[in-house]
Amino acid sequence: MLSFIVFFPLAGVAAIALLPRQQESWAKWIAAAVAAVVLASALVVFAAYDRDTGGYQFIDRHVWLQSDISRFTLRYALGVDGLSLPMVVLTAFLSLVAVLISWRIELRPKEYYSWLLVLETSLLGVFSALDLVLFFLFWEIELIPMYFLISIWGSGNRIYSAWKYVLYTLFGSSFMLVGILVLGFTAGTFDIRELGQIGEIRGAIIPVQAIFFLILIAFAIKLPVVPFHTWLPDAHTDAPTAVSVILAGVLLKMGGYGILRLSFSIMPDVARDASVWLAAFATVSILYGALVTLMQTDLKRLIAYSSVSHMGYVLLGASALGTVGLTGASMQMFTHGLITGMLFVLVGMVYDRAHTRQIGDLSGLAHRMPFIATMMVVAGLAALGLPSLAGFVSEVTVFLGTFGHHELLTILGVIGIVLSAGYILWTIQRVFWGEPNPRWGELTDATAWWERGPLLAMSLVILLVGLYPAVMIDLFETGVAPIAERLA
Amino acid sequence: MESVNRFGPELILLAMAGLIILADVAILTVGERVTRAKRISTVVLALAGVAASLVWSALLIAFDEEGEAFSGMMTVDKFALFFNFLFAGIAAMVILASVDFLRRSRFQAEYFALVLTSTAGMMLLASTIDLIAIFVALELQAISLYVLVAFLKDGRSSEAALKYLLLGAISTAVTLYGMAYLFGLSGSTSLSDIADFVAQADSDTRSALVLATVFLTAGLGFKMAVVPFQMWVPDVYEGAPTPVTAYLSVASKAAGFAVVMRVFVVGLGDGFISSEWSTMFAVIAAISMSLGNLTALVQSNIKRMLAYSSIAQAGTFLIGLAAVAAADPQLLLGTSSVIFFLGTYAFTNLGAFIAVIAISSKIGSDDIADYSGIARRAPLLALGLTLCLISLTGIPPAAGFVAKVYVFNAAVRADLVWLAIVGVLNSVVSAYYYLRVVLHMYTGEPTSEERIQPGPYLGLAMTVAVVGLLVVGVFPNPLLEASEAAVRVFG
Repeated sequence: MLSFIVFFPLAGVAAIALLPRQQESWAKWIAAAVAAVVLASALVVFAAYDRDTGGYQFIDRHVWLQSDISRFTLRYALGVDGLSLPMVVLTAFLSLVAVLISWRIELRPKEYYSWLLVLETSLLGVFSALDLVLFFLFWEIELIPMYFLISIWGSGNRIYSAWKYVLYTLFGSSFMLVGILVLGFTAGTFDIRELGQIGEIRGAIIPVQAIFFLILIAFAIKLPVVPFHTWLPDAHTDAPTAVSVILAGVLLKMGGYGILRLSFSIMPDVARDASVWLAAFATVSILYGALVTLMQTDLKRLIAYSSVSHMGYVLLGASALGTVGLTGASMQMFTHGLITGMLFVLVGMVYDRAHTRQIGDLSGLAHRMPFIATMMVVAGLAALGLPSLAGFVSEVTVFLGTFGHHELLTILGVIGIVLSAGYILWTIQRVFWGEPNPRWGELTDATAWWERGPLLAMSLVILLVGLYPAVMIDLFETGVAPIAERLA
Repeated sequence: MESVNRFGPELILLAMAGLIILADVAILTVGERVTRAKRISTVVLALAGVAASLVWSALLIAFDEEGEAFSGMMTVDKFALFFNFLFAGIAAMVILASVDFLRRSRFQAEYFALVLTSTAGMMLLASTIDLIAIFVALELQAISLYVLVAFLKDGRSSEAALKYLLLGAISTAVTLYGMAYLFGLSGSTSLSDIADFVAQADSDTRSALVLATVFLTAGLGFKMAVVPFQMWVPDVYEGAPTPVTAYLSVASKAAGFAVVMRVFVVGLGDGFISSEWSTMFAVIAAISMSLGNLTALVQSNIKRMLAYSSIAQAGTFLIGLAAVAAADPQLLLGTSSVIFFLGTYAFTNLGAFIAVIAISSKIGSDDIADYSGIARRAPLLALGLTLCLISLTGIPPAAGFVAKVYVFNAAVRADLVWLAIVGVLNSVVSAYYYLRVVLHMYTGEPTSEERIQPGPYLGLAMTVAVVGLLVVGVFPNPLLEASEAAVRVFG
């Protein structure tokens, strides 16, 4: 079942490739149908996952590469647990959103939708891989579609941004490869499940701390943690809207997921020692990210920097090492994916209509586009953590989890919430309220089904998770409980 | 007779080379009008020779006909047979890739005959276990290649050939010097006798052995094209006809590695000396990768870029050799990672060169800048070249990814973490220049709207390369098993 979910998008790519040039416009229908099937299958798995048993389920396991000489076995192994399953669902959901909001892409549509689907496969693969090298394989595949999507369909300084993104990621992942190989060699297995159960890693040819940091660099770049974040504003801003949604919604989570799944659960001893440092970096990311966000004049860049700040909470929650903190961290990944994804969709719609993203130029848009404005308010309030919306749940859980461990840093982290309330409300006020500028008198609201549909769906999920967080929190708890146990 | 039987795959190539020349002469006497028939017949004969050689190799495996031949001069074992398949496969691809380019040449028969003789030389090189035979095989493949490089007979090609010839001659002399040391010390030219001698060497002879090792490394480093013996590479790669460049970059390099593995792992595999050369190889590997990649960054000609990239790739293969001896001498992972890498590299680099042949011959330029917008003029070719470049970078799902993981794994297990880190950082650098070509092809504006269609031969060769690198990338196990079986002869 998981193999089907992961690889079905590639069947869509094949179908799109076979389309004759005259029928290019069918590409989006194929892509949407494929993404919908994947989402439906992911929801089936979500419903069928047995929460009482917990652990990895839906396992698909075969030998992929076997070296007799070095007793080195790489497996094709997929499986989901409480931590990865929500990520798989999130990926499937946001991929469908990404396809729908790109409905008007005219430039080389066949290639565009193919790359989106390849991207979906690689992301689903990252979250469901149960073998270190397979994880790394999917982690790397993701670069190629991103490179094309940003450099061909992006805006502004798109080629520079695509390069920056690819080189930063490759730089991080090259260290990760060495770390993974040393780890697999020392432990005698690349199986993530087994690695998550073995005791202390002994006899490595380099200190375990070194392995930990080799692997952590890749995740810190992806998450991103200040000072490794400089690729993010460029890539987010210059990517096409759909790609920004995926980037903020899913790609950043690969970093957080990797920290929990690999760094913490395989090397808990080092994680314990490093926890204060991780919390400190997290706090710096939160505060620095928020302060820089306050100074942005470009709407998309503003959301991009706010991601730096919000992803800081993921690291902060993780650094608490307890079940509550880890649940908060993973919950924050999920809700941030939804909320920021939605913000990027909205900003993209504004930009499509007004052709500017400068906050100073925009004013009083609510008069012309009430639907977009309403949605913006919903997403914005969720982002600043208003109770009853999804963002609140995760942030509160993070703070509950961390306060006991890093008191001062948590208090500093809470300041980030205040700042985020500041920039979000201030931005919405400037862009959507205020004097209606006659220059924007001709703008229209979002009316098409492919615009309203995804937005309504996202806001519903945000509300649902906010009102009834147990639907996600329970699942995350079963996922992070074994990790917390090892960290204790 | 048994010797001849084991020598069959090489023999049939040599016989076919002669036949091609004879047939050419015979058809010439019949009349000039049958040029088309002549052209097709030479191609068919050349491919038939390669195919027969492949079949013979397969039969040797099927009937388990392994063992020594010509009184211990050569041996047919899994290692030799692996390279028989590799070289024959490369030769077939190069023949297919050359057909279009030879359309206007009068010397097609000579060209194919030379490809076959040099292939025979390389096959021989992988199976010889005696210094004299190694030298003969080295010369057989080298002399054929000198002529092939000069094939265009224009200024560039002649200059390249002269450079190749002179530097090749020097390297041969240096190799010979190293061999003379080994012979003088041990009194035998047989690698296994040398190995016995090395195992008992006292401290006086040890330093002399190290000297011999250095000479051999210098001489054979030329074949492998690693820094600092790489000077000839860019000019020769640029000046030679592109199919010959493709041939040089994969086959000649693989032959160099094959002979190095034979000489160093078998002859000089003993602990004290292998720790010396493994350190040397580790340093050469690090320098080759770094220098090759950094120089490739600034190239604007795609053939020169691929030349520097091949130097860097050779450095990556050397990681495997450095890993052979750094740990337990019984550890076969290093050698098997080298030949696994050579196998994937054959598909990858041949594919890249074939795409370059197809594109450059149409746009009349080797400039990377002129590749802009190619994706719209030749979507399939551009996709194929992209996959090859991705494979060279080491990004999945292409075969290059598995090869890199495997070779870095060998390094890590041999305690060479530093070398693995140098290697992975180099692959980040290489990503920049490989993907730059991709960027030009996909985001640039095409200079004309005319479609680029490769001919049937080139198309076939390209398909084989791309399918090969994807299949190996997704299902690497068969090739891995073959390469591990091949290196067990060292165990």
